[in-house]
Amino acid sequence: MIGLPALYGLTGAMFAAFAVLELADRSNPKRVGTAMFWALVAVEFFAGDALPNLASGAIVVALALLAGGGALGRGHVVVDAAWRAAAAARHGNRLFAAALIVPAVAVGGTLLLPGSGLVDPKQATLVAVGLGVIVALGVCAAWLRPRLVEPLDAGRQLIDAVGWAVVLPQVLAALGAIFALAGVGDIVGGAVGHVLPAGNRLAAVAAYTGGMAGLTMLLGNAYAAFPVMTAGVGLPLLVRGFGGDPAPIAAIGMLSGFCGTLCTPLAANYNLVPVALLDLGDRWAVIRAQVATAIPLLVFNTLLMNAVAFR
Amino acid sequence: MLVLAGLAVIVVGFALRLNPFAVVVAAALVTGVAAGLAPLAVVAALGKAFAANRFVSVIWLLVPVIGLLERHGLQERARSVVAGIGAATPGRLLGTYFVLRQATAALGLIALAGQVQTVRPLVAPMAEAAAERRRPLDDAARRRLRALAAATDNIAVFFAEDIFIAIASILLIKGFLAANGIVVSPFGLSVWAIPTAVAALVVHGVRLWRLDRSFVW
Repeated sequence: MIGLPALYGLTGAMFAAFAVLELADRSNPKRVGTAMFWALVAVEFFAGDALPNLASGAIVVALALLAGGGALGRGHVVVDAAWRAAAAARHGNRLFAAALIVPAVAVGGTLLLPGSGLVDPKQATLVAVGLGVIVALGVCAAWLRPRLVEPLDAGRQLIDAVGWAVVLPQVLAALGAIFALAGVGDIVGGAVGHVLPAGNRLAAVAAYTGGMAGLTMLLGNAYAAFPVMTAGVGLPLLVRGFGGDPAPIAAIGMLSGFCGTLCTPLAANYNLVPVALLDLGDRWAVIRAQVATAIPLLVFNTLLMNAVAFR
Repeated sequence: MLVLAGLAVIVVGFALRLNPFAVVVAAALVTGVAAGLAPLAVVAALGKAFAANRFVSVIWLLVPVIGLLERHGLQERARSVVAGIGAATPGRLLGTYFVLRQATAALGLIALAGQVQTVRPLVAPMAEAAAERRRPLDDAARRRLRALAAATDNIAVFFAEDIFIAIASILLIKGFLAANGIVVSPFGLSVWAIPTAVAALVVHGVRLWRLDRSFVW
């Protein structure tokens, strides 16, 4: 069965190739540090299951030292705008069709692969994404006739533009695990439960929705905040105290957490990765563009829950 | 209370504009030690969770495809298509993307689009081209528009994915409630995602409409 191990091998091979190409890029003054960073990521992908936990942890610390010590850089990227414009005119909308191969295979694979017996059904989407990448590269190689290393080199330039933020979502997931181990959420959730004025239903609803948003901002993840806030405030106060309907309370509570996700740099894959991908320069740029939607929606969620959950 | 020291590390680290990667790892180490674990045990726990969450980073397999297509003119093609549409404005373009993204996410098709898949190669260049039909963009305006393109993708998917009954968060809610002796059906939960999805469309739609008004026709 094809599952995560095959996918991790493929990803590791890609990062290993990036490390090698990085070393050869003389235009990058920090090529050694950058190559070490991608090489360590590759090692973790190849050997993450076999390595002792302490060794994986040492890799995380080494990555943090490289990133924090400013060891990563990027080479000089030459963009031939005229050539690209000519290529765009020549290829036309077939470029969009090629860009749609991965999503199309991902969706088709998610629907079809679980029943095939060839693929770990729990990982069907990820396996399908990997399969889509291979199909797309095959089609593009036959159609565009790139040099052999061109896709890898183009990918490396893109990954260099993103830099350490590439693995930040993964390390934030690990931070969430440490927070859970240390009981951080329970302490914060307990504190919210204590400061509530008794008897005011709208205040209790607002404490739950606001608490979901706030704890999500601190933990970077609504899924981590949900059990804490719902066990600490949602169930005891809103469901048992005020006799609320648990289904809308929990569902709208989760959506209130998503309002917090829009406002925290700890939600790296949504709020920090695009800063690098789009060359925005300011770490808060995406969050600033989201706050004006997130706050009205949090207010809406609070009023909605108060209106529909207590009938 | 000592375990909250990790949160303080994050707040202070971000306020001082230190490297987020280093700040997050420092926060994890401080939290673990404050919780009474041996330093090496914290490093091991961090490594274990890092290895277990590798699937989060698998999406980067896409970059060779996107990078190759960008070298062969994908962004330029996206721009020129929009530049040829008379009715294209940045607000209308992002609004259309918002609706498409919400509709597909509500059907569970989350992997169809995203920051790497669509926003960088397609949506952001298209929004820029639509804006440039009206007036030239300075650097700050260009970046604000790109940030809004990224925000539009995030908001659309967050407030539509829970309409799909088999999405991770709906299953998490169902499982949590079941563990607390409350039985709900996934449909009974996902139906409550619809009002907020509509509200997100209205709020963000109004913002996009105002964005268009900020351009002098």
